[in-house]
Amino acid sequence: MSVVAFAKNWNGKFKNSSYELVSYTKELANQMQTNLVIVSIGKITEEELNKLSQYGADRIISVNDARMNVLTSRVYAEVIAQIAKKESAELVVMTDNNSGKAIAPRVAVKLKAGMVAAVQELPVSIKPFVVKKQMFSGKTFGYVQINSAIRVLTLAKNCFGLVENPVECNIDISHPEVNTGLFKIQIISEEEQKNKVILTDADCVVSAGRGMRSPDNWRPVEELAEVLGAATACSRPVSDEGWRSHEEHVGQTGKVIAPNLYIAAGISGAIQHVAGISRSKCIVAINTDPEAPIFSVADYGIIGDVMDVLPRLTEAFRKSKS
Amino acid sequence: MNFEFTEEHLMIRDAARDFAQRELLPGVIERDDKAIYPTEQVKKLAELGFLGMLVGSKYDGGGMDTISYVLAMEEISKVDSSVAVIMSVNNSLVCWGVEKYGTEEQKEKYLKPMARGEKIGAFLLSEPEAGSDATSQRTTAIDMGDHYLVNGTKNWITNGKSASTYIVFAQTHKELKHRGINALIVEADTEGISVGPHENKMGMRASDTHSVMFNNVKVPKENRLGEEGFGFKLAMKSLEGGRIGIASQALGIASGAYELALKYAQERKAFGKEIINHQVIAFKLADMAVEIEAARYFCLKAAWLKDQGKPYGHASAMAKLYAAETAMKVTTEAVQIHGGYGYVKEYHVERLMREAKLTQIYEGTSEIQKIVISRGLMD
Amino acid sequence: MKILVCISNVPDTTTKVKFKEDNTLLDDSGIQWIINPWDELALTRALELKEDAGNSVNEVCVINVGGSLTEATLRKALAIGADKAIRIDACPSDAYHVAGQIAEYLKENVYDLIFSGIESSDYNGSSVGAMLAEFMNYSGISSVTNVNLDDDIVVSRAIPGGKQMIKTETPFVAIVQKGIAKEPRIPSMRGIMMARKKPLEVIPAAELPVLTQTVKFELPQAKGTCKMIDPEHVEQLVELLKNEAKVL
Repeated sequence: MSVVAFAKNWNGKFKNSSYELVSYTKELANQMQTNLVIVSIGKITEEELNKLSQYGADRIISVNDARMNVLTSRVYAEVIAQIAKKESAELVVMTDNNSGKAIAPRVAVKLKAGMVAAVQELPVSIKPFVVKKQMFSGKTFGYVQINSAIRVLTLAKNCFGLVENPVECNIDISHPEVNTGLFKIQIISEEEQKNKVILTDADCVVSAGRGMRSPDNWRPVEELAEVLGAATACSRPVSDEGWRSHEEHVGQTGKVIAPNLYIAAGISGAIQHVAGISRSKCIVAINTDPEAPIFSVADYGIIGDVMDVLPRLTEAFRKSKS
Repeated sequence: MNFEFTEEHLMIRDAARDFAQRELLPGVIERDDKAIYPTEQVKKLAELGFLGMLVGSKYDGGGMDTISYVLAMEEISKVDSSVAVIMSVNNSLVCWGVEKYGTEEQKEKYLKPMARGEKIGAFLLSEPEAGSDATSQRTTAIDMGDHYLVNGTKNWITNGKSASTYIVFAQTHKELKHRGINALIVEADTEGISVGPHENKMGMRASDTHSVMFNNVKVPKENRLGEEGFGFKLAMKSLEGGRIGIASQALGIASGAYELALKYAQERKAFGKEIINHQVIAFKLADMAVEIEAARYFCLKAAWLKDQGKPYGHASAMAKLYAAETAMKVTTEAVQIHGGYGYVKEYHVERLMREAKLTQIYEGTSEIQKIVISRGLMD
Repeated sequence: MKILVCISNVPDTTTKVKFKEDNTLLDDSGIQWIINPWDELALTRALELKEDAGNSVNEVCVINVGGSLTEATLRKALAIGADKAIRIDACPSDAYHVAGQIAEYLKENVYDLIFSGIESSDYNGSSVGAMLAEFMNYSGISSVTNVNLDDDIVVSRAIPGGKQMIKTETPFVAIVQKGIAKEPRIPSMRGIMMARKKPLEVIPAAELPVLTQTVKFELPQAKGTCKMIDPEHVEQLVELLKNEAKVL
């Protein structure tokens, strides 16, 4: 019996979400009185793998196969399911990011496992296996019971946090057989904006809405984001109007994010917007309208014009840094 | 008795609601403020088929029943009555008469493009000295053998400038009084027609209301709608249906204002609690809700009678009277609940209050409705 | 080419959700049901592809696993422009069960391209599309923001901080996110009228296990009051974020 967790790497490097996954699954394996097996796929150094041992990874299976440097969900699902079977996994866990969303359901089908996506905390009970998750886009929590012998979970980012737990680590290199036909996805081009803070990974997000009044007024938002090392985001009307790209839209139908700090400038806080940010640790709202619903979900509020408040705020953060 | 809407009714209501929220709400304040005709919005309204929703599918209309029309009018009027009145005039005052009384040729030539919303219609009955008393038409249509020669001035014409097709009421046989009035289909670009300046109105400022002047305008004989001398009857019959449209518009204005007031009352705090928790406000909202519900039943009853092929003139007059009075009362209270915010444009309710006033006046004032209703009592 | 769009029936996003029977069941009284927003965008893109004469798309079918309650939603999809609708008569409580049901249908009825929304706004499971791809042994492309059916089938997908273009072959499952279509369509009067004559087929559910069940709901605790900061003294906010919230 075991808990198998797939820790994704990005060009051979782990991120905080990988460490959070290890922290979570270590605790879970303890609760279930079973072993934790971490799976890594794609080319990676031993030194990088060893970083996981800081969070309790005592056994890692590294599928150190260069063919798998590019993530193909079918291939990854095949590899993870094979390992899960071999290790008699009763639980498979991965992070709830784009790749986790693509791979976990496939693993669930292969293992005939019940799956729950985006859990935020440890199960409320193991027998029966019941986990808590957000539903109705953050308007409620639901307790989901998984009745199958094997279960698959994805873990919402930035909810459990990192728990240091240094252990000795064994690394097994594995070369599972994979049907080569599964590799055939053909990527014809890729654009990536370098040096840009990725919204879904960001610890801090500065987001702005229609209160900015014009797409030409975004400079103060970007300046504040630069000082904070934050990603920029926007509300739906702003992306619908084409003021900012869809990539930046946070909310129910856009991206759902969970940064430590979310600053909402000139965003009224419609329920659909709140659905995308409710898991943020701390929300700051700036709005001229004291009745704006954003203040009912914010921790800190400033009533005032964004064009006036944002530059002051940027200045205050700059001062406190120096 | 059955108080359930069909699935289709609800789909039409939702379509109208989505359209109003997505296409009409942005910019409604500016269009009203600067009296900008909603060209783009009307085009989209046409694409969705609302402009000819009551016309049968045989003539390129939507083939929808009057219940659907009430629901759609209510949703659109919650947000923008200037657009709603364009839709109402086209559907129930213009298309209805052509579909019901027009020749096949007239339907082919004039009804179809209006049902598709490619062309807009206007209803030219009111005159500077013939408002409520529509019998005293001064515009003349002299029978010249193969055509009518039209002279005169029409007032308060909704779609006056944007319309391509007019239905013009004019006196042909003065001695027969209202039995000598004819209804003519007139193309707006006919020689001799001139359109007066945009009326600078209190409300519904984005709809284009104009006077239209006729100076020796030649109208072919085949453009007469119905029999010789049928004009006045057609006008009255058209208005019976038109009143369902305006009653639904008034209903929408009232329910739109009510929804805004309810939301505001749940958010706004005074003396340490949301103002809805003060009985004086809660009771106001309760009264508003009751009157709106009653107005809605009046509208739906009139629509149902029309759909059943039963007489509906009496019911539509009651619906128009009650809904218009309700709209005026409810919007006034909605402004009151909003306090100072209600008096500024940003919060919509002052505009709805200005719009409500017109529903008590046009397509038969509240006083005229009382005449219609009381005459019905004596029948 | 035939396109299948998976449709989930969800409460309107502005609906206040309530529960009954000791918070174990959704209280559906007064709920306005809608097409799941991502599925609606997927349907919009499918219809655009069909209308573009250069493509050989000759059918757009919508499929839903649900009770008779969902038929209003399916008929709306028909009014928007889908050619036919299938309802598999089962309660959509578990992603494995739902995906399995659609797979059973797909095994008997061939479709070249299957659209599925990236998640549903009710249970936020975000797994049906990928599970369906696995059941069918199809490739599945997630986070799809565009599908083009020109000479080659090219799919754009969002990757963190950028985008990727992928060439693929049919059949495949496109798991779509925002951006796939500009905005959902509003049904026209003509569309609503035509929907009356379009087929809505109800088929019985296949025997498949239900592996998960939601046993209880809980409303989140109300958030504490928002601390207001004087706009003239924003340095206080910096102080609070550092020392009180400890997020800097």
